[in-house]
Amino acid sequence: MRARKKKHWVNKEDQRPLDIIVEGIKQAFILLFTFDREVLGITWLSLKVSGTATLISLFIGVSVGTVVALTQFPGRKFVVSLINTGMGLPPVVVGLFVTIFLWRNGPLGFLEILYTPTAIIIAQAVIATPIVMGISLAAIQNLPANLRLQILALGATRFQMVWILVKEAKLPLLAAVMAGFGGVISEVGASIMVGGNIKGYSRVLTTATVMETGKGNFDIAMALGIILLLLSFIVNAILTHIQQRERPR
Amino acid sequence: MNAEKSILEIRNLQVKRGGVSVLNIPHLDIPEGKVMSLIGPNGAGKSTLLLALSRLLKSVQGDIVFRGQTIDKNHSLFAYRRKIAMVFQEPLLFDTTVFENVASGLNIRGTQHDEIRQVVADCLERFGIGHLAGRSARKLSGGEAQRTSLARAFATKPEIVFLDEPFSSLDPPTRESLTEDLERILRETGTTTIMATHDQIEALRLSDQIAVMNQGKIAQIGTPEQVMNQPVDEFVASFVGMETVFSGRVTKTHNGTFITSVSGREVEAVGALKPGEKIVCFIRPENVVLSTNSAEAKTSARNVFACKIVRIVPMGFFHRVQLDCGFPLVAYITNQSLENLLLKEGDSIFASFKATAVHVVRKE
Repeated sequence: MRARKKKHWVNKEDQRPLDIIVEGIKQAFILLFTFDREVLGITWLSLKVSGTATLISLFIGVSVGTVVALTQFPGRKFVVSLINTGMGLPPVVVGLFVTIFLWRNGPLGFLEILYTPTAIIIAQAVIATPIVMGISLAAIQNLPANLRLQILALGATRFQMVWILVKEAKLPLLAAVMAGFGGVISEVGASIMVGGNIKGYSRVLTTATVMETGKGNFDIAMALGIILLLLSFIVNAILTHIQQRERPR
Repeated sequence: MNAEKSILEIRNLQVKRGGVSVLNIPHLDIPEGKVMSLIGPNGAGKSTLLLALSRLLKSVQGDIVFRGQTIDKNHSLFAYRRKIAMVFQEPLLFDTTVFENVASGLNIRGTQHDEIRQVVADCLERFGIGHLAGRSARKLSGGEAQRTSLARAFATKPEIVFLDEPFSSLDPPTRESLTEDLERILRETGTTTIMATHDQIEALRLSDQIAVMNQGKIAQIGTPEQVMNQPVDEFVASFVGMETVFSGRVTKTHNGTFITSVSGREVEAVGALKPGEKIVCFIRPENVVLSTNSAEAKTSARNVFACKIVRIVPMGFFHRVQLDCGFPLVAYITNQSLENLLLKEGDSIFASFKATAVHVVRKE
């Protein structure tokens, strides 16, 4: 990779800023369309890590969110505001706490998973779970108040009722998944702290972009950036499509 | 208790919300195979009663007895819910096809697919939405959606159907055709039905019995004729459209008729009452006749008063004429009569009504 780069990228100190951008975009597309192994590897790892984290947050977030939405208990308001606060957890704070927990002498140090993709999955799941939980909670609560009664009047058991409600909220729940995924795929603080940005092992799109930019390798950084933008665009396009759909009567 | 068999009996039903009693029904029997309407103003407790009867409401005190069995929180509640159906004011359809919506009650019960297909197809036809089977519930008009909701309720062949103002958010023509279809289906199936409505015409048309509710209580229950013509108190009378209400004391009695004095004018009415009794009288506006002739003209109407027209309000096909005869009186006259008599506000005129048109309630 180094060798090939030299060919295109001779003396960047002599170039003007505009040339850096134009050249960067050109190189980025070359890297993208020649399916550069390193770029592909990083993208694949990002998808795998963030996808797994989102899946974990989906299970925990939707079930807890649904239970909180459907039950009354003392301190419920406090729990709801806690979840809503969690929707805006700063990734570096999450990274800090996950690092402390996974540190050699930390409570979960025996697992020896700090600076591995697993650690990134854990940190990202911690970030995404409150997001999915908060949106699921709102989604279930926003269903018509009488819908629960209507389902019970149709003879449903409690379990059937909850299942039908979750199915009815499937569009906002899908939005929750998208928001969770969008949040973690673009997150950099926690990933770099608990993953360590180890080349070919725990390097993901965002951490790689940070590093390559720091090194002045704008072509790779821009290729990675374009991929991130593309992913973000796809997520938002699907979200918009969902939001624009009509609700049933 | 009625001679008819009761499918549902209510004993000492009480619902409190925030310490305030919102429903208090000591006793109510629902006869099997009949249609009962609950009418009353907003907040009278109609919807609350339906939810309590369908056992969808928590914190209900009292007993609900279904076919002789008290419904408790455990097994019998679930079994009971599978024998009833509920239709709300909003269609509350699921985000799927019309067919799947109508099939949902059967799917919940784990009915065989072949049977579901047959029953649902039949039900869709009945409610005139067979052609919509494959359509998404999202793309239905208000009337179609409510038809789907009704079909969904009837698909499980419930023993009791609860309808909570099912037509109130529909426009008049849609409401008309849906009421017609529901009437036919209720007649065909003979399903026991309890319907909350604030539309008296709807109630009169569909029901065998009408219960008038006010402030969480049943003010009167009876056949439509009984409720419309013999209201038990002021509230029921004004709710069923007896516009003129006045109270007085019996002054003289004679041969089954009596005279009561109202603001210095003597009104004659029918009833076996004793002098000195306090009463409330109601007169339907359609029973008041207006004439420009003198009071001496021969008429069988026992009550003729000279009065002044206070206000004339157009009501579509007729006019509502507010009169002052020493006491306020309301009359309905057709637009034609208004033109022929050349009536206008401030005119002097004679108003008459028969002694038998005065409905009397004793005041304790």
